[in-house]
Amino acid sequence: MSSKRSPRRQFLKNGAALASFAAGAISSSSGKLFAADVPSADLHAYGQRSRFENDVRIGSLALWPIVPGARRDYGFRSPLQDSMGIITPASLHFIISHGHEPPDIDSRDHQLMIHGMVDRPLIFTLDEIKRLPSVSRLHFLECHGNSAAAGITGEPRKLTSATVQDTHGLTSCSVWTGVPLTLLLGQVGVQKGASWIVAEGSETGRHTKSIPLEKAMDDCLLAYGQNGEALRPEQGYPLRLLVPGWQGINNVKWLRRIYVVDQPYMAMMESTKYPSPRLDGKSRWFESEMGPKSVITRPSGGQQLGSRGFYEITGLAWSGGGAVRRVEVSVDGGRTWKDAQLQQPIVPKAHTRFGLSWTWNGEEAMLQSRCTDDQGHVQPTLAELSKYWGVDADYFRLPPTTADMGNFNSIQPWKVSRDGSVSNALL
Amino acid sequence: MRCSSLLSALAVLGLAECSVAFAQAPGYGNLGRAPSREEIQAWNQSIGPQGKELPPGSGTAKQAEEIFAAKCAACHGPNGEGSQAAPRLIGGRGALNTPTPSRTLANYWPFATTVWDYINRAMPPKQEGSLSASDVYALTAFILYRNEIIPEGQVLDAASLPKVKMPNRDGFIPDRLEDIHSLRARGCNAGHCP
Repeated sequence: MSSKRSPRRQFLKNGAALASFAAGAISSSSGKLFAADVPSADLHAYGQRSRFENDVRIGSLALWPIVPGARRDYGFRSPLQDSMGIITPASLHFIISHGHEPPDIDSRDHQLMIHGMVDRPLIFTLDEIKRLPSVSRLHFLECHGNSAAAGITGEPRKLTSATVQDTHGLTSCSVWTGVPLTLLLGQVGVQKGASWIVAEGSETGRHTKSIPLEKAMDDCLLAYGQNGEALRPEQGYPLRLLVPGWQGINNVKWLRRIYVVDQPYMAMMESTKYPSPRLDGKSRWFESEMGPKSVITRPSGGQQLGSRGFYEITGLAWSGGGAVRRVEVSVDGGRTWKDAQLQQPIVPKAHTRFGLSWTWNGEEAMLQSRCTDDQGHVQPTLAELSKYWGVDADYFRLPPTTADMGNFNSIQPWKVSRDGSVSNALL
Repeated sequence: MRCSSLLSALAVLGLAECSVAFAQAPGYGNLGRAPSREEIQAWNQSIGPQGKELPPGSGTAKQAEEIFAAKCAACHGPNGEGSQAAPRLIGGRGALNTPTPSRTLANYWPFATTVWDYINRAMPPKQEGSLSASDVYALTAFILYRNEIIPEGQVLDAASLPKVKMPNRDGFIPDRLEDIHSLRARGCNAGHCP
């Protein structure tokens, strides 16, 4: 079909196709015409945001110089500074794929094999998985390196100019639709003695992650939907594993295989990249659960307050351990705290939006938030975190490739200057 | 033994086991198809620390010299010293008990089976799966020998590879694999483990 067709003719054709859909007359010819004829930019076919909205993910793709055409992503962070409510649009959900591009999978061809220590190894098509009873659950997904002083957030984290997207953009929250993993594990019949699963993706490199069977049986989800539509390719289309509350690395995308075994399989990422070294030379590994965390998204780094007067301080709180029970906000650097209002819904292992009314008097202020989850765990200050890890605060000022610890959930202070500018004040 | 519908429901929830006696899976009928043994073997690339999935084949460091030069050196450097495109594979052993630990393959990776598994599944980029099992044994032997972890003449195969002890095998907490699964028993708290 010619792409030079006039917009008017195209509109008429689209209209005709739409009308035939409305009448239920989806003949194969009109359906085909419709699908082939509607340009993806047509607002009526698949919505686009206003041209005046321009938030995007930030990250970097570098060419891999030696392998022609190969690209490496270094993580793409979500624009939390302008986030509304608790849902992250799929188009702005953070991405980390360890340098592997999304494979181009036709969902009709995709299969999931479950095997190993099971009575009945089985291969399921995606269509069969969709025939099973589905659930939809609201969950955050966070990279274990989010907001840390190393890795992707490490470089900007040390700058006063850092935005909340720079420091905390590796968390997102979606409504995930799919089938509880327990249901399929029930179908294959897990044998006695099994204690772990190994999940594997379909991308080049086939990322692999070991997950305790206890967690797999608890609340893991085989997700094919995100925020009411199919997963995006960069989020694992057509099937991903969701491991609520645990380090992002567990949530294997483009899921093709689950292997039921009796010990962790020590795949490359989990045994060599994700352990956190201690100063005595030993490393913590399989830390898994993301601790309670919160961050003020407005006002936050890089933003500018206008006149004195009323502002709502708002932000996000979440915990891999459960539901957010309380968020406190301080405007004086932690000397005094006030309870923020938590917006409904408050869902376990999901972003929770908080807000606190504030009148800026034009003086310098230090804004920060502190999350407590329903297990009673409290988000630490940087000093408390340092003590816990047996390091001093200077440790976090080291070059980003070195202070390589994940699960960094320190309280994040933003400094409001008298001129209304807001800056990162953690380090 | 017959599986009552209640038991089937429990099995689906993972609370009880309905075992091999049943030709058909509980709950949702005949969804899914049984893979053949060959299909499972073809799909299953995972090599655990015990190495029980390791395929036949064998290799030595010497046998890998040409393969390394042809397929690895372009990114990892002629001596495995690494480049902007790919990490160091050989050398770089330094201290781990500093704020700037040396996390190289020789210095950090706890299991030799992981080296085999990763080369086999992910290398070389864009030509994954092009190496034979014996190539992968040989390349693993090459990297381990050049890191002074195994002797030059050692033949690596399904029996010998899992027995290679990596220098940093004891460098992780908890040490025993059986103890890893339970965050609570490990004293992990609010996203932090001791």
